[in-house]
Amino acid sequence: MSSRETVLGRVREALGPARGTRVPVPRDYRRRLSGRQAPTRADVVALFSERVAEHRASVRHVSADELATAIAAALWGREAGRIIAPADLPFGWLAGLEGVAAQADLPAADRVQAVRGLDGLDGVVTGCAVAIAQTGTIVLDGGRAQGRRALTLVPPYHLCVVHADQIVGTVPEAVARLDPARPLTWIGGPSTTTDIELERTEGVYGPAVLDVFVVED
Amino acid sequence: MTPPSGDSSEGPGRGAAPSSAGPVPLPAPKFATAARAALSDGRLRRNLAGATAVLRARRDAATAELDDWEELREAGRAIRDRTLLNLDSHLEELERAVTGAGGTVHWAADAAEARRIVTTLVRATGEGEVHAVRSAVAREIRLDEALERAGITVRGAGLAELVMDLDGDGRPSHPLFPALHHDRARIRDLLAGGPPGTPADLPDDPAALAGAARARLRDGVPPGGAAICGAAFLVAETGTVVLAEPGGGGRACAVLPETLICVAGIEEVVPTWADLEVFLQLLPRAAVGERTLPAISTWTGVTPGDGPAAFHLVLLDNGRTTVLADEIGRAALRCVRCAACLDVCPVYGRTGGDPYGPGLPGPIGAVLTPQVRGVESAAGASLPYASTLCGACADVCPVKIDIPDLLVHLRGRVVESRRRRPVPPPELAMMRALAWTMGDRRRHEAALRRGTRWARLLSRGGRIRRLPGLLGRWTDARDVPAPPAETFRAWWRSRARSGGTGTGAGPEAGR
Ligand code: SF4
Repeated sequence: MSSRETVLGRVREALGPARGTRVPVPRDYRRRLSGRQAPTRADVVALFSERVAEHRASVRHVSADELATAIAAALWGREAGRIIAPADLPFGWLAGLEGVAAQADLPAADRVQAVRGLDGLDGVVTGCAVAIAQTGTIVLDGGRAQGRRALTLVPPYHLCVVHADQIVGTVPEAVARLDPARPLTWIGGPSTTTDIELERTEGVYGPAVLDVFVVED
Repeated sequence: MTPPSGDSSEGPGRGAAPSSAGPVPLPAPKFATAARAALSDGRLRRNLAGATAVLRARRDAATAELDDWEELREAGRAIRDRTLLNLDSHLEELERAVTGAGGTVHWAADAAEARRIVTTLVRATGEGEVHAVRSAVAREIRLDEALERAGITVRGAGLAELVMDLDGDGRPSHPLFPALHHDRARIRDLLAGGPPGTPADLPDDPAALAGAARARLRDGVPPGGAAICGAAFLVAETGTVVLAEPGGGGRACAVLPETLICVAGIEEVVPTWADLEVFLQLLPRAAVGERTLPAISTWTGVTPGDGPAAFHLVLLDNGRTTVLADEIGRAALRCVRCAACLDVCPVYGRTGGDPYGPGLPGPIGAVLTPQVRGVESAAGASLPYASTLCGACADVCPVKIDIPDLLVHLRGRVVESRRRRPVPPPELAMMRALAWTMGDRRRHEAALRRGTRWARLLSRGGRIRRLPGLLGRWTDARDVPAPPAETFRAWWRSRARSGGTGTGAGPEAGR
């Protein structure tokens, strides 16, 4: 008998007559923010900015027109001279760069090279799939303007552009929007560690600096 | 129901190779014996007390912030119960979904089989080393030791793992913060003894220490090889694996290597993707007292061009089905490994994780380990008693496991298993003797007089560390105050003789 059969057989035997019992699941928890927490869309966006900033990310609100200039200024300010971006990043985002070498992430035949090639880069610019106001979380799903997961794991700096309409209020709203078939990266601020006396300091993996640009259009 | 096989991954020689190749786990002693060392270590107690107090405060604030926290807990409890009662079909569904997404599912009936599967998978990659983010499951099956015995070097992927590696014989004290019991001075000493290039005058502020650790882990997780991780949840409906961690070590393991091996317990399943809306709210707040865990990653099978080319999921039983068979005890399998119950437990707060053995520490370990290993062994029988039954753990548990209730249930099983022994256990003999003595006034008074005299001889500074004979077992885990020089009865009689005046002048006084 295979271990699969052994384990499944043990489960069935262990459950006995109780097997298959449908336990009702009460779902009386909130799916949306209460009116008190965020009466308007603008409040949802403001709550997101406040909460993501509490994770030690820096947050800026910019209009769609200002975005290219703001990105260029941020990269310059962070001394990010060599950056990478997903190949499908909206064309205009990097239009204002000066003195920054930006490279598009193209598929590589060799896996090792695809990861090694990220060493030595100063930063990455991406968009996101969903952002959650209540928890200050940003979720990337590898879709448009987000690229593969290694992009936002290896370089030390991440500039993430969040469109206001990508911000939802709660975790249930985010889960409903996301596609489980895609690999998802939930970002709660820049990389940190709390392993030393529970004090929050820069982590061992992932970008140590996270800039979030909220675009209101 | 077959017991969880001969291999319990606990104790020397049981499923472990002979001592010649690598460290052999010590036989697990009784909780009280194992706790003695921890209790006498003032630094450990101080560090633990400080850290658990911080975690408690953060958690209280984070859970108080949600006005639907109780509703979430109730939903979490119900989803977990529903999962467990349909576990076989959820597991089959999970297997179909993972396979459909390009992953491979392996089944391990016990720890030895899981170790074998993982060792074979790593060997097949041709690598002599593997990167790992340690999980409770890996520790449970002693995966690292097995890989090292097989000649594979295991490299920890995170800061805490590096600290624990440098600590030599140190064992993690906490599932989420393995180095919780070390203060910054100790971590500094561990890191300063490092390779050339480590500054000898390394300051002991956390940022500098994290920097030193980062420099050491600089090469990170290499892209070509294999890595091992655990899981927080497995979604049956979609085949999605969820990893949720305070640092990013697991994310690096899950994304960078060529081959990813995830070892998870069969109870980690949740039925649907939508169910994560509950657990991704409960877990971060309960585990680290924050609104979200800093690094949550989910993936389903393999994604071309993104992440590992091969994904293996090892589903582990190792006694979980034995727990499932106990109608009351199975509630312990709802556990989502948040460690909230540890941080509020007065016993764990003083002893740390070590005395609980290789399974989960703290209150949840005290109910899970004896259920998996049986209550026959001294270690198994002692764990349900490693608690004051204060109930704090049940109050914080995000999936509402009534741990005190389970502890009492298990104590019942311990007594039951003892009753069947041919020689009556000391407790039973003692109770019988006590019943005989207390059944008669003169016998009782004579015993009290004798007892008082003996007890005062045994005490040091008003406390008795160890009672003689059969009673000695009881004092293993506690000190007893020395009795007063005079019993109440003797005092009462003497004051009656001296005229019955003064304070408390009669049986009715003070009522
Ligand atoms: S028993 Fe409850 S509180 Fe303890 S670790 Fe498990 S889920 Fe958390």
